[in-house]
Amino acid sequence: MTEWINVITQGVLIGGLYAMFAAGLSLIFGVMRLVNIAHGDLIVFAAYLSLLATQTFGVDPLTSLLLVVPAMALIGYALQRGLLNWTLGEDLLPPLLVTFGLSIIIQNGLLEFFTADSRKLQAGSIEILTLQITEGVWIGYLPMIQFVMSVVVIAGLQILFYRTGLGRAFRATSDDQSVAQLMGLDTRHVFAMAMALSLAVIAVAGVFLAVRANFDPAIGPARLIFGFEAVIIGGLGSMWGTLAGGIILGVSQAVGAHLDPGWQLLAGHIVFLAILAVRPQGLFPKVSG
Amino acid sequence: MPEALLEVRDIDAFYGDFQALFGLSLTLQPGQTAAIVGANGAGKSTLLKSIVGLMHPRRGEILFDGLPIADTPAFDTARRGIALVPEGRRLFPSLTVEENLILGGQSCRTGPWTIERVYHLFPALAERRHVPAPALSGGQQQMAAIGRALMSNPRLLLIDEVSLGLAPIVVREIYANLPAIVAEGLSLIIVEQDIVQALKSADHIYCLQEGRIAIHGPTNELSRESISAAYFGV
Repeated sequence: MTEWINVITQGVLIGGLYAMFAAGLSLIFGVMRLVNIAHGDLIVFAAYLSLLATQTFGVDPLTSLLLVVPAMALIGYALQRGLLNWTLGEDLLPPLLVTFGLSIIIQNGLLEFFTADSRKLQAGSIEILTLQITEGVWIGYLPMIQFVMSVVVIAGLQILFYRTGLGRAFRATSDDQSVAQLMGLDTRHVFAMAMALSLAVIAVAGVFLAVRANFDPAIGPARLIFGFEAVIIGGLGSMWGTLAGGIILGVSQAVGAHLDPGWQLLAGHIVFLAILAVRPQGLFPKVSG
Repeated sequence: MPEALLEVRDIDAFYGDFQALFGLSLTLQPGQTAAIVGANGAGKSTLLKSIVGLMHPRRGEILFDGLPIADTPAFDTARRGIALVPEGRRLFPSLTVEENLILGGQSCRTGPWTIERVYHLFPALAERRHVPAPALSGGQQQMAAIGRALMSNPRLLLIDEVSLGLAPIVVREIYANLPAIVAEGLSLIIVEQDIVQALKSADHIYCLQEGRIAIHGPTNELSRESISAAYFGV
């Protein structure tokens, strides 16, 4: 019994990480109908930025977030203004192709600069601290911090979307771009702010990913898939749904891995496909107003 | 003669290879109300889109307050003081009525219009301020769309198809409110299918036909018959 409680708990905790992968993806798609194929590689890119920061300044990975998050946000803004805005239009294909190309460039750039060696961020003693919940059930401090962080990020995005002027601008632009312009909103700027926010979330996700496990330049695409699956399980447009989607994916993988170590990814994909077949709109689609 | 607020000079506008406007010109003085009438496809909406910057004419000039705006993007013309109430209202469906109005004030222009004044003008909106925009009736949506445009305190307000899809009684109510809006000193261009209504509420009428101005003049100099003739091209 405790064995299964352990498995599910670990699945929930990793699910928080998947929800962070997904939140940035969902945000971008929601605001500008852009499917960012380079999303996973940008997560890995953030992990390497954190690696650089820890090596250069000797800070620990969690402190490096103070540098990596603003840096990624700036990169996001510049990327959108300088490149991705030019690909947006009636046709969904150009942004897909351009971000696909970007994905390849990032992977190979990282490979060139950091080699193919597996890396891991060292967070020090906090990595092995645990909290005993009950007899036989232990939760690591780091996974717990990461999960709390995911909930904070999701809640923050939710508040930003529904309680702030920027969120209003995001929703209006998402509804109707040309009318948003008539209101004096420069949609190029609104899109760039959305991308900045997305990459800021990615930065948090990337650092926690890299503290948790090994990473190398090639692992981005799989993170993209997890992000996509969490978004679709949760239902597009719903932030809390995205968190639920991440958790469902995380738990499925944990249960699969517990049954047979080879089934981890397979179990996640099967649950995703099952949900897609039964409820294609996802579990918690945004209620249309 | 005072300087015109808006001057459209000889513009050609295209959708791809299709030419929608042919050498069209129009002048609007400060405080004036102009009505644009014409059949479907005559180029009325195209003209408004060109003025506001959602489209850019391939040839010709548009001057607002003496400055060229033909190539200015829509968000910039909005900040300069041109507001458009688009055809079909096009409120933001995922925003509440009040959020729609707040967004209208996004360009931060100061002036007489505030959210309270909009509610005062259209009391029906005040009651329903927290409902999602699509929950409003057609007439209320038109009021909200006009209110949203006023929130930017425009100097020039363009209203596309004021009465499209609305009950006659609602149309009368909206027209009854136009004088109060114009009294604040803004200039108005309305696109209207109903010639009688246009003659009643405007100082100047432009009748468009196949992308050209068929006839135009002060409303007191044009007869309904001459406009009808131009409207239908007979």
